Amino acid sequence: MIKRILAASAALALSAALAQAQSVKIGLVAPFTGIGAELGQQIDRGVEQYLKLNADKIKPLQLKIIKRDDKNPSGADSKIAVQELLTQENVDALAGWIYSPNAIASAPVVTAGKKLAVIMNAGTAHITTMSPYFVRTSFSMWHAGYAMGEAAAKQLKAKTAIVGYSDFPPGKDSLAAFKRSFEANGGKVIDEIPMGGAGQVPDFTPFLQRAKDKKPDVLFVFVPAGDHALAVTKTYGALGMKDAGIKLIGPGDITQDIKLQAMGDAAVGLITMHHYNADLDNAENKKFVAAWKKDYGPDSTPDFIAVGAYDGMAAIVHAAQATKGKMDADAALKALAGWKYNSPRGPISIDPETRDIIMNEYLVEVVKGKDGKLHQKLLGKIDNVKDACKAEKVGPCAPKS
Amino acid sequence: MIVEIANMLLGGLAAGMVLFIVSVGLSVTMGLMGFVNLAHGGFAMIGGYVIVLAMNRLGVPFVPALLIGFIVTAAVSVVFERLLYQRLYRAPELDQVLFTIGLVFIMIATVTLAVGPETQPLTLPDSLQGQLNLGFMAYRTYSIVLIAIGVVIMLGLWLGFERTRMGAQIRAAVDNRRMAESLGINITRLFTITFAFGSGMAALGGGLGAEFLGLDPQYPLKYLVMFLIVVAVGGLGRITGVFYASLIIGVLDFTLKKYLPQGGTVFIYAMTIMLLLWRPQGLFGRPA
Repeated sequence: MIKRILAASAALALSAALAQAQSVKIGLVAPFTGIGAELGQQIDRGVEQYLKLNADKIKPLQLKIIKRDDKNPSGADSKIAVQELLTQENVDALAGWIYSPNAIASAPVVTAGKKLAVIMNAGTAHITTMSPYFVRTSFSMWHAGYAMGEAAAKQLKAKTAIVGYSDFPPGKDSLAAFKRSFEANGGKVIDEIPMGGAGQVPDFTPFLQRAKDKKPDVLFVFVPAGDHALAVTKTYGALGMKDAGIKLIGPGDITQDIKLQAMGDAAVGLITMHHYNADLDNAENKKFVAAWKKDYGPDSTPDFIAVGAYDGMAAIVHAAQATKGKMDADAALKALAGWKYNSPRGPISIDPETRDIIMNEYLVEVVKGKDGKLHQKLLGKIDNVKDACKAEKVGPCAPKS
Repeated sequence: MIVEIANMLLGGLAAGMVLFIVSVGLSVTMGLMGFVNLAHGGFAMIGGYVIVLAMNRLGVPFVPALLIGFIVTAAVSVVFERLLYQRLYRAPELDQVLFTIGLVFIMIATVTLAVGPETQPLTLPDSLQGQLNLGFMAYRTYSIVLIAIGVVIMLGLWLGFERTRMGAQIRAAVDNRRMAESLGINITRLFTITFAFGSGMAALGGGLGAEFLGLDPQYPLKYLVMFLIVVAVGGLGRITGVFYASLIIGVLDFTLKKYLPQGGTVFIYAMTIMLLLWRPQGLFGRPA
């Protein structure tokens, strides 16, 4: 029944789009209230900045953004929001998704709705295999986790590692990615510690104490960006793990730009692998960060979520121009296969085989700058990284036959 | 090996002390008034917010901020007690539960509206950060400070309870309210003072514990079960009971999380059920 309603409304939407070909409706799903409101704001502003800085690329089309709040990582609210956008608002494309469980729950509705759906954050690797209409402009946990495993073994010369992770899909993904490449390069993961869930910030003391007692060379941590990351870094500092010679490493989620300054000196020396930080030295990023600070204040900063949203809008605009505003899903997907773009994070493209992003990964260290603030110093760069989970066909990333 | 055991004990004791400071007020008010106050954690949250906001927005140092938190929360709780709680003292327990849980939701919504949904960061003074050298090992300074504060509060409460006139009146009222009333003790006043003091203690716990428990609008619901377990295991109205129960639960919870992180908190709940089946009045409570 629902499928029929969806199909009918999708047809309706198509005819509506034909009637006024110049206008493109985009449904944006993100948490604008609740625990993820700070992250939703990054999506919102990333979209806004793209529209402002690239007004000439959008002409002659008119973009209409319709926002829906998906509130929490439960999945249920997000699915309802997506359904409403497709059936009531008749959107031409969908975008957003901060949390993986929400993108996973929305996947069947997206498939039934037959509209281009651009994932701007949710990073669980196999999500893009769950609907043929998903295109991801953010990252997969394997981008950073897999690259970090190799860098930990080769560049940081670590022999042993402990992985601490929040016990939900991207956490397990990150663990699997790091472990696979770290052990392939001669390292050994000596312990895996689930450190509570993603819904609330636990006291990390017992988990990190366990890690400290086992004296690994590095402690690889994945927790959700935001307050979790802040708490981990503080506890790491308070337990004196740095002085004990245990390096804290992880994907850039744990050094999210908007939380970095609040971490204080405990964060100095932290080494992360990620595709973006606000200190990246390239012309696109300088322009992006300057415009951001001008609009939202000198203490505000974009982070990797904002860039995922910025590039997501670029992808949608490219697809809209290629289809002359019609946004027929198959034509839009075809236009995005192999699409190249010069993003604030460096050159990116969409892998035509997986619809996932190909981008550079940066190995960075947190340092204290002359201005007394914390910055991220570039240690190394890996070009054109693909999602290793799908490239190596691991677990749920293997194609279903 | 000794260092590992010491690590575990210190970490667990510090977590236990936070539980003790927050829960002791709940134990006294429940024991004294027979009132099921599920909104107790709400007062801990209000206190925590007053303390953190005073520090972050007004630049008040840590210790004066704790005092402000205690006083403001105690004052707010007096208003609540006079206007609302008092009407339900003789009501059935279900009414009390429904009323206080409703109050929790109002508190959560109010704090979300007024301050926002995000976790409030508490920045400890530099002197409380880092590691303290104990001779044979170094440990987190703040944990050791918390343990010391907990012991001091415990001793102060014990002395106040056992050695002062007020303490004697409270003990008398807990044991036999009618008899205490007929001896001329002003129970209404005693209730108000005890309630305010219990809420003030919760506020201290909210502020002192923010480093471990965090501080966000969901706080009163997140930790409600923990506070109730402490009170149930410790026994109603028994300060020493709550103290030992907090420490036992703190150390057990820490140890289990450390050695069996996959099991999470299941063990604590399982043990509480077993314990209450064996001793329904709690480990340290007197049989009813």
